[in-house]
Amino acid sequence: MDHLRRLEEEAIFVLRETAALFRRPVMLYSIGKDSSALAHLAAKAFWPAKPPFPLLHIDTTWKFREMIAFRDRFAAALGLDLQVHVNREGANRGVDPFSADANTYTRVMKTEALKQALEAGGFDVAIGGARRDEEKSRAKERIFSLRSAHHGWDPRNQRPEFWRLANPHLGPGETMRVFPLSNWSERDVWRYTLAEGIPVVPLYLARPRPVVRRAGALIVVDDERIRLDAGEMPEQVSVRFRSLGCYPLSAAIESQASTVADIVAELEASRTSERQGRLIDGQGTASMEAKKREGYF
Amino acid sequence: MSPIRTAYAAAFGPTEAGSVRSRPPALRVLICGAVDDGKSTLIGRLLYEAGAVPDDQYAALAADSQRYGGGAPGELDFALLTDGLEAERERGITIDVAYRYMATPRRDFVFADTPGHEQYTANMATGASQCEVAIILADAVRGLQEQSYRHAAICSTLGIRQAVLAVNKMDGVGFSEARFEQIAESFRQAAARLHLDCVAIPISARHGDNVMKSGGNMPWYQGPSLLDHLERIDTRPVDHDLGLRLPVQGVWRGPAGERIYMGSIAAGRLAPGDRVTVAPSGASAVVAHLWGADGTVEYAGRGAPVAFTLKREIDLGRGDLLHAESDAPCRANHLAANVIWFGKSHLLAGRDYELRLGTMTSPVTVTSLRGKLDVETGERLAVAEIQRDEIAICHLATPAAIAFDPYGHCAATGSFLLVDRTTGDTVGAGMVRNALDRGSNVVAQALTIDRKAREALLGQTGAVVWFTGLSGAGKSTIADALERKLHSRGKLTFLLDGDNVRLGLNRDLGFTDADRVENLRRVAEVARLMVDAGLIVLCSFISPFERERMMIRERLSGIGFLEAFVDAPFELCARRDPKGLYAKARRGELRNFTGIDSPYERPASPDLVLDSSLHPPDVLADRVLERLIDHP
Repeated sequence: MDHLRRLEEEAIFVLRETAALFRRPVMLYSIGKDSSALAHLAAKAFWPAKPPFPLLHIDTTWKFREMIAFRDRFAAALGLDLQVHVNREGANRGVDPFSADANTYTRVMKTEALKQALEAGGFDVAIGGARRDEEKSRAKERIFSLRSAHHGWDPRNQRPEFWRLANPHLGPGETMRVFPLSNWSERDVWRYTLAEGIPVVPLYLARPRPVVRRAGALIVVDDERIRLDAGEMPEQVSVRFRSLGCYPLSAAIESQASTVADIVAELEASRTSERQGRLIDGQGTASMEAKKREGYF
Repeated sequence: MSPIRTAYAAAFGPTEAGSVRSRPPALRVLICGAVDDGKSTLIGRLLYEAGAVPDDQYAALAADSQRYGGGAPGELDFALLTDGLEAERERGITIDVAYRYMATPRRDFVFADTPGHEQYTANMATGASQCEVAIILADAVRGLQEQSYRHAAICSTLGIRQAVLAVNKMDGVGFSEARFEQIAESFRQAAARLHLDCVAIPISARHGDNVMKSGGNMPWYQGPSLLDHLERIDTRPVDHDLGLRLPVQGVWRGPAGERIYMGSIAAGRLAPGDRVTVAPSGASAVVAHLWGADGTVEYAGRGAPVAFTLKREIDLGRGDLLHAESDAPCRANHLAANVIWFGKSHLLAGRDYELRLGTMTSPVTVTSLRGKLDVETGERLAVAEIQRDEIAICHLATPAAIAFDPYGHCAATGSFLLVDRTTGDTVGAGMVRNALDRGSNVVAQALTIDRKAREALLGQTGAVVWFTGLSGAGKSTIADALERKLHSRGKLTFLLDGDNVRLGLNRDLGFTDADRVENLRRVAEVARLMVDAGLIVLCSFISPFERERMMIRERLSGIGFLEAFVDAPFELCARRDPKGLYAKARRGELRNFTGIDSPYERPASPDLVLDSSLHPPDVLADRVLERLIDHP
């Protein structure tokens, strides 16, 4: 059996288990390549029926413009019910990636927003596209991962996960996170995207874009909201994103890979990791774990 | 073009779909062994040498090695590449299994790096259940540990057949061939008993000897390097030629409201027009339409996710196992299994759990413990209870027949979880050895005269009042008062008292946890028979464990049942001490005495709380009587 076929079967199996075992599932959709592959798998898993759960996008209001346009069109193409949640309270307080530090911004506009949306929707399980090869604390995550009533992760007390048998028991207030792409690598996702013809946000593909250089990182100037420092002049560089977050917090890489096939080839030769462009990850050695304990996805 | 592709094209214009070169699935490799044998260091070394450590992670590793690492200044501590949790880095240990991915030109790998500490054995076994090959590490300086054997036994129990004994830290024994041979030889015997096909390789994960390249400091070693060996290992599964096995995951409604059944094929094949049988019901049906992951198909084989409709609707849903008409799985309500036990409390015969096998869920009772696996000798030892991290061989019974296969024939239909129904925790991972037909030949005999008929004759309704509480709380005194009141009202009663039962029916039982469980199981069954005879049964037993009280409630479901918690402060009970037992227990002459060296778990939601420190027995008996009359 082929490598991608096995990963696909595993993801479909996990998606069906999730739909069968829980009362009210929801699939988180971040517009990124992993999310899109996951939504694509959901459409395949239940074909010819519709996936029995909605998509939920936590909108920080600081996504690249291209991402929002793509999100709506993609969900419509798959016939999926798309729900969008913004932490209005945070937005009204003016928590944005320029005035707040990255940790506060992430906590308020992503982690808190996610908790609000899950509680408002009464969702007992949230399906996400995280992969174990992304980061060290993710490598320790179960496929079915329990969260406390406060949405926190207790990495030192995870349920043993045998074979493909899930234990779906939830105590009062507890919820589950499910990661069907756990065993996929970045390269697997791109190879699958190519093989299946899954559309991706054009930001993943190299194009000449206006950028400024900050602390060695390439920041794309997406709209007039970005605050340029004195003397900073955007220059045109052929760049693309390996990982898409909020635009002031995601750095681009110089690349000539203008098609998905080019990206697959580029990855074969790469010497850096995918999350290197995520400016929030580097703060403290185990900063992803700390965020996940708080309820970050 | 598939309908999904068509939708993409309509939304985004023609999409780019390219061909991708097929690759064999990644080899899943477990890395296990005792604490400090160097598992995380080995994985870090493998990733580094194979070029799988990206530059930015390498830079972080160099910084982390200065901060947490234990080596010489400037030396890289490769364990920090995989020990991702803050607590792991601070304490320099691995707590949970980490999965790491790596590709060489020859093969893709998934390494499961597992913890060596005994208290994290569950996490090690979690990793083992996902792997095909095991690398068992041994420390050349310290030699083999009990944990090395335990991990080998768990691997073997979980069906791993290919193992590598990596004798690590050869730099610590001066790269001595004699030391290597000594360790390899003693492990070889254990591996043979455990049916592990095992190759021994001397390595130094810290310095890289024989990890990727062989030779170097050990010219006497002529075999392949660890990575060479892993790249060439052949893990084609043993084909048991099973017919179709398709555990049904669920039923979803199609666009026209039709019922669409879904699941992954665990064994065999499926095609439209096939006649299939449903276990355990025995119903049969013909497949109408079949979908694979890419739409309609005319055939699907092992490992394929499928969706299908049936020509004629039958009762079919989640938990059912579809199989080929000509090749049925076992169908029984009694089976023998190996169970790796992780519960905080012991595994005891008589306890009830939730069984999750394939997509099926059922209550299950451990009917007997046949022994535990001795991890060093592979022999079966007789035991009364199984402790955390031991491997039990036990018999299990379900209320109704279920369908399964021996684990060795089909892992998907032969593996199961045991879940504690009070806490929801996973407490055991089991593998079916075989069906036991004893149970299936015993069928309940339908009788003409039933409980209703006997109750009508007696002019009363059978019921059970279960008194629980500490010794000396006043259970038997209240039960006795209640029985006198019922008797004077012309009700036929029977009082089952802890001590009286132990003098007869249960005189073979002591006071260990296992014996207490069996004691109460028998009493519950006797009470059930007496209620069937139409009697009002009063049971007076300390019954200290919530789990057993739950078991009693379930065995007596469908009949009037009152749980009466006779509550009195411990000091009062000890002062009353009607049988002089507290005094004995304090002198150490009596062991496992509830309240002294064995716990009493207070009932969470009893039907009645009777406080004998506040009211006399007569008043409390009246309160039970009122409830019995109100809710006969």
